[in-house]
Amino acid sequence: MYDTNYHRAKDAADAGKKLRACDDGMYLSGGMTLLPTMKQRLAAPSDLIDLTYIKDMNKIEVKGKEVTIGATATHAEVATHAKLAKVCPSLAGLAAHIGDPHVRNRGTIGGSIANNDPAADYPSAMLALGATIITNKRKMKAEKFFTGMFDTALAEDEFVKAVSFMAPKRGAYAKFPNPASRYAMAGVYVADHGKGDVRVGVTGASQGGVYRPKDMEKALSKSFEPGSLEGCKVDEGDMLSDIHGSSAYRANLVKVMAKRAVVAAAG
Amino acid sequence: MGIEGIGARVLRKEDKRFITGAGRYTDDHKIAGMHFAAFVRSPHAYAKIKKINIKEASKMSGVAGIFNGKELTGDGIGNIICGWMVHSKDGSPMNMGAWSALATEYVRYVGDAVAVVIAESLEEAQAAAEAVEVDYKVLKAVVTAEQAMGLKAPQLHPEAKNNVIFDWEIGEEDATDAAFAKAANVVELDIRNNRLVPNPMEPRSALVQYDAAEDHFTLHTTSQNPHVARLVLSAFYQVAPENKLRVIAPDVGGGFGAKIYIYPEEIVCLWAAKRAGVAAVKWTADRSESFLTDAHGRDHFSKAKMAFDKNNKITGFKIETLANLGAYMSLFSSSVPTYLYATLLSGQYNIPNIHCNVKTVYTNTVPVDAYRGAGRPEATYLVERMMTTAARQLGVDPAELRRNNFIQEFPHQTPVIMAYDAGDFGASLDAAMAEIKYSDFEKRRKKSAKNGMLRGIGMSCYIEACGIAPSAAVGSLGAGVGLWESAEVRVNPVGTVEVLTGSHSHGQGHETTFAQLVTERFGLPKDNVQIVHGDTDKVQFGMGTYGSRSGAVGMSAIEKALDKVEAKAKKIAAHMLEAAEGDIEIKDGEVMVKGTDKKLGWHEVCLGAYTGHNLPEGMEPGLKEGAFYDPTNFTFPAGCYICEVEVDPNTGVTTIEKFVAADDFGKIINPMIVEGQVHGGLAQGIGQAMMENAVYDDDGQLLSASYMDYTMPRADNLPNFHVSTTETLCPGNPLGIKGCGEAGAIGSPPAVINAITDAIGHNNLTMPASPQNVWAAINDGGMAEAAE
Repeated sequence: MYDTNYHRAKDAADAGKKLRACDDGMYLSGGMTLLPTMKQRLAAPSDLIDLTYIKDMNKIEVKGKEVTIGATATHAEVATHAKLAKVCPSLAGLAAHIGDPHVRNRGTIGGSIANNDPAADYPSAMLALGATIITNKRKMKAEKFFTGMFDTALAEDEFVKAVSFMAPKRGAYAKFPNPASRYAMAGVYVADHGKGDVRVGVTGASQGGVYRPKDMEKALSKSFEPGSLEGCKVDEGDMLSDIHGSSAYRANLVKVMAKRAVVAAAG
Repeated sequence: MGIEGIGARVLRKEDKRFITGAGRYTDDHKIAGMHFAAFVRSPHAYAKIKKINIKEASKMSGVAGIFNGKELTGDGIGNIICGWMVHSKDGSPMNMGAWSALATEYVRYVGDAVAVVIAESLEEAQAAAEAVEVDYKVLKAVVTAEQAMGLKAPQLHPEAKNNVIFDWEIGEEDATDAAFAKAANVVELDIRNNRLVPNPMEPRSALVQYDAAEDHFTLHTTSQNPHVARLVLSAFYQVAPENKLRVIAPDVGGGFGAKIYIYPEEIVCLWAAKRAGVAAVKWTADRSESFLTDAHGRDHFSKAKMAFDKNNKITGFKIETLANLGAYMSLFSSSVPTYLYATLLSGQYNIPNIHCNVKTVYTNTVPVDAYRGAGRPEATYLVERMMTTAARQLGVDPAELRRNNFIQEFPHQTPVIMAYDAGDFGASLDAAMAEIKYSDFEKRRKKSAKNGMLRGIGMSCYIEACGIAPSAAVGSLGAGVGLWESAEVRVNPVGTVEVLTGSHSHGQGHETTFAQLVTERFGLPKDNVQIVHGDTDKVQFGMGTYGSRSGAVGMSAIEKALDKVEAKAKKIAAHMLEAAEGDIEIKDGEVMVKGTDKKLGWHEVCLGAYTGHNLPEGMEPGLKEGAFYDPTNFTFPAGCYICEVEVDPNTGVTTIEKFVAADDFGKIINPMIVEGQVHGGLAQGIGQAMMENAVYDDDGQLLSASYMDYTMPRADNLPNFHVSTTETLCPGNPLGIKGCGEAGAIGSPPAVINAITDAIGHNNLTMPASPQNVWAAINDGGMAEAAE
């Protein structure tokens, strides 16, 4: 690892101020991607501004169906929050299967969506849940936030403070893990918001990063059953391809995982 | 056997320190004034070194020296050797290219070391290594064996025309061709044995201490054979004469073959410590360096055909194999695809005619050498995939085709050198079939089909050769060393015992099993026995641990030394007790006169040996004996593995529903440790069959260079194993031991692939049977790579 300066932000305003004051600073949350990258000498920020000590930024609030999750809530906290598990078990279940116990106890929801790794789990949920991303500067819908692989609408000194959404009527996440890394090679989050409003978020598979397959949403909005997806086509040309999964294989997995998510959501 | 003797499930003595974090590995050692080495490595698979600029790097803080290959060869450090001479079928010696520990003119694989930085701290060494500027002329690389032999392929070494190292054969070609001409049926099979990265848990490490006043080196290193390392470092690399070089292999966290060899880093650290004038230099590979520089395993492509008569008896077997040896010839690389491979191509079967041709080639990849099984997994995969393929083509049950061709009488001379000494192949097959409930399989298949799943069953009846090997025999085949083992048994005056062995334990549990021999012999508690290994200053010589040889060879040497100790102790006791030597019995820690109540404590006899007050006339005091044991033959562990799988046709995900292993390892000293060896071997074999794969792109970049892309088997990939043993004793060594360290990795891959191909209904599937590859096999009739 190259030398770096570590700072601890007191509050949101302090975080922004500290970042603007350094040469090539980066915000640090759980560090589950950033720190290994730095250890391999592939990233060399001059300064790290740690957000995890900002008071109450890891709070999870559930009021009726309205859910707000602070950005520094760890995956373990999301997975084990009793009220959240009751209103939105699909998200708690997703969190419970990210990485391993070490990762779940350090990694955060804000860090995950701000990094927008094409194989990360949370971004698919944000799209399917119609979440609002709350930053230190503004609020925006998840569609606006995720702008492509490893890319978001966040400005240089902007960071995620929280995410909020209305819990769906029913939902589920089905993930096919990469056999080596166990990241999603195709992860599909299906959320039925009722009144013919079904949203689907797909991660791990597409060259463009996380996306909503509109034809699947349409088909499931009509009839929420796996058979509805038979006629949907996943375009191989849009899919990622690597030594573990060709684009054809990934296209197949997206459909299979979507069906499994629907079966699980229909319970 | 007693509670701690031969055959007892004694818990491992060494585990207390391992599981409490008290193990002492090379990297745990620290020396005052210790510096660190960082290597400048080639980012290119093939390139000419134009210039190395160290101007900026040498000014950086903490840097004690930066050295390159020309300086290394200029100081007389010898090129890296291959310790086994193989001749081509035309009689010419193998075409070996030069390998300098630091590249001088060309780099030939990504990771090839170009220069070394010695600095006060690891961070300073790494920073300076990054600042070394190497100007390369990048050349076109070649990564597969097939391409390397092509007409327009880049030429890697001037010595090896068309990159061919040797073109070797075994067996009678004319007789084999004649058998095919008369065959009732011929079965053909093309087969690839995938390339693997060894991945011991502890990365390689070297710590050199240089004593300038004495001009003496001490090397702590991750070695499976420290004495061989010292011999080679002295005799061939001219680092220091043997009496000025002590090599210590302390606790070593797994080897699997990758730590047999003497690598560039050890040589360079020894040389550079003295040249830089520092007291000590440490280098420990990070995981990326392990992927890029540890010798890889396997990487064969073979075309095979088998001839059968009308009664489905095998009459001939013919094989053409192409083996990729990487950029340079590693220490035993030439023996793996020849004498460790083709000599096992008879399998468990009576095959009158076998001919095998092996071509080995250079490519711009990491050197390939022995990895758990070393040649025998490649042979077993070929033979056992062939037997199942043949059974399907001939329309007979795979078990019955095998049984119909089993060797029944021993000794049995195969047409490919090996003379099998003992075995009962039918017993293993019967045991495995009973355990997996073979006859009920079709019911289970139907049940799976109801759930939309494809179920399959596959078997493998393997035989392998361990206990390498009679020194004169391997010498005649080209080995540069003898493969005996040594032992010394030192009985202390209080009756406790130290056993010094030339074997090296890096996970095998020798500290326990070797102690059990002493326990068995004298009835002493195992905690009164200390096993000493891995230090050239303590153990006089030894050949180390690989090839499942430490039971059959290492323990035989200990047995011989124990015979001598027992004989002397009896003489002393007979004298002290005024009895006939033949009437003395040693049992439960007591030395007694048979049929009387006259006896002495074991410690009294030992003390008597050292006081020398009352010894037989002319006897030397002391109780310490040594022995060298040279094996009389290879040993032949064999067994039957049966695997049952369920495949999800939607995703290609394959689950092992049951895995049964029935092995014949001869005499077993500690069944718990043997089971552990089988479990670990199966995990590695199943890893090869379903997960692991070293993949290079066309430019020679290793794509699977971390655990993000290289699929190591994990606990949840594996079933609970059903292991059992049958026993025929090995007639060739005093204990009847055959060896168990590699069988799991040797026998399991074909069982898995035979099961999956049974499930999917066709043979077009290549290892690793990853979800993607299985899915492609189901949907397209095979992936591109499988359709060679």
